Amino acid sequence: MRDSWVNSKVKSLQPSGIRKFFDIVAQMQDVVSLGVGEPDFPTPWHVREEGIYVLEKGMTTYTSNAGLLELRREVSRFLAEQYGLKYRAEDQIVITIGASEAIDLAMRTVLEPGDEVLIPEPSFVSYAPCAILAGGVPVAVPTTEATEFRLTAAELEKAITPKTKILVLPYPNNPTGAILERHDLEALAEVVRKYDLLVISDEIYSELTYGVKHVSIASLPGMEHRTIVINGFSKAFSMTGWRLGYAAGNAEIIAGMTKVHQFTIMCSPTISQYAAIEALRNGMESVKMMRNEYDLRRKFVVHGFRQMGLECFEPKGAFYVFPSIKSVGLSSEEFCNRLLQEERVAVVPGTAFGKCGEGYIRCSYAYSLTNLEKALVRIGRFIKKMRQQG
Amino acid sequence: MERKLLEILEHNSRISAKQLAAVLEISEAEVGELMAKLEHERIILGYHTVIDWEKANRELVTALIEVKVTPQRGLGFDKIAERIYQYPEVTSVFLMSGGFDLTVIIEGKTMKDVAMFVSQKLAPMEGVLSCATHFVLKKYKQEGFVFGPETQDQRAAIWL
Repeated sequence: MRDSWVNSKVKSLQPSGIRKFFDIVAQMQDVVSLGVGEPDFPTPWHVREEGIYVLEKGMTTYTSNAGLLELRREVSRFLAEQYGLKYRAEDQIVITIGASEAIDLAMRTVLEPGDEVLIPEPSFVSYAPCAILAGGVPVAVPTTEATEFRLTAAELEKAITPKTKILVLPYPNNPTGAILERHDLEALAEVVRKYDLLVISDEIYSELTYGVKHVSIASLPGMEHRTIVINGFSKAFSMTGWRLGYAAGNAEIIAGMTKVHQFTIMCSPTISQYAAIEALRNGMESVKMMRNEYDLRRKFVVHGFRQMGLECFEPKGAFYVFPSIKSVGLSSEEFCNRLLQEERVAVVPGTAFGKCGEGYIRCSYAYSLTNLEKALVRIGRFIKKMRQQG
Repeated sequence: MERKLLEILEHNSRISAKQLAAVLEISEAEVGELMAKLEHERIILGYHTVIDWEKANRELVTALIEVKVTPQRGLGFDKIAERIYQYPEVTSVFLMSGGFDLTVIIEGKTMKDVAMFVSQKLAPMEGVLSCATHFVLKKYKQEGFVFGPETQDQRAAIWL
């Protein structure tokens, strides 16, 4: 028998140092967690009820590969109304298994072997593995707290080589909570056009911004057809387990992505698709309610960290804060390990999201105020202890 | 600001001044002042607790009474509503559109208590034309709270 059946590409994916920490968390009892990147609200009842109704009626067959046309029409309308985007339901939108599949499809459809993919960091963990599996070469572009973790045009331009093909734009950002505003995007778009790049804009947190409305880079002049807009239902409508997302872009790319989707997935879950139609038609009040609730928690948590004497820039999107723990004198991983052992609080080391996440921790505020307060008291006590020891 | 404060308090009146100060981005002293003002203006009428009395083993009967009345010249329904809501066992009184005039919600220790109230106090009251009493059999949800165990957080402790 061969020594191994697993190919070298898969073997090369993500060193699993962080995995050990995850396993310890999973086995521990009575943990107060701020570790989850998932909403705490149940899916709005009217949406769940639609899912039940669809099941009762036995509407459980496949849909067309690209997804129900009715749903694509609602997505098209939603993107137009919310962000001023103009993507046709018929041939410029594909419904996917969460935004995650859309990221994979986009990379596999666009990349040739050796093409470089620029990925601002810290960011969500799946861009680089998807790029590698698609034959591409991921190139990390670090961002810093000095620019509120926004990718700048200068940093982008510095990272570009003749092999660069794709820029991933993960904003509003997990784990930092950073957003990009119109002037940031305009500067980036200029560089993107100059070097003839394609943007994969992961906008899964687009409905969760606070005090600032989300702007999609695809809405800027000349960007509509060189951007793949990726979004979904998990975060805005609290529908993570329904596994439903979508991609919108120029017809050639979407046709390619739909082809890959057709051969690997066939079509996205039918029940979820019908529920998503209901979410887009009648769910905006629920989105607003959840956004308001997150906003309260956000202010509470930022205030809490600052009171502990930690530097914590104000995140304007998603549901994470990314405080700096540099002043405590521990590495991110040490901090998280000891916080877990000594105070039973689970947070994620910034390094899980890229090397430049060193010195930071990601805390989710998708939790009740009571839970947040409990966690903050424990973290505060831990930091005090560390400082006394140091 | 006031509106936001009220919306938060409506669902959780036990939230601490410290938490309120953080989420509203004002000082604790300002929170205190604002609440005192709202109480003084009778915008905040009070703070109460939603209790599952059945679980606490206390006998309690709740009834909803549909009341038809004759409105009084110059006073409309207000005078008669006031005469009804003054009884401590009456927990709510609403003026209704439709087939009857007032919804009166009453709590008593036993069904007999409620029946006595209706037959001896409410029905004979001047201006009351008729009463239809409906007893509550089971409470599922009250003021936004569902009776029964709390739903558990099913999420993993950590997820990227």
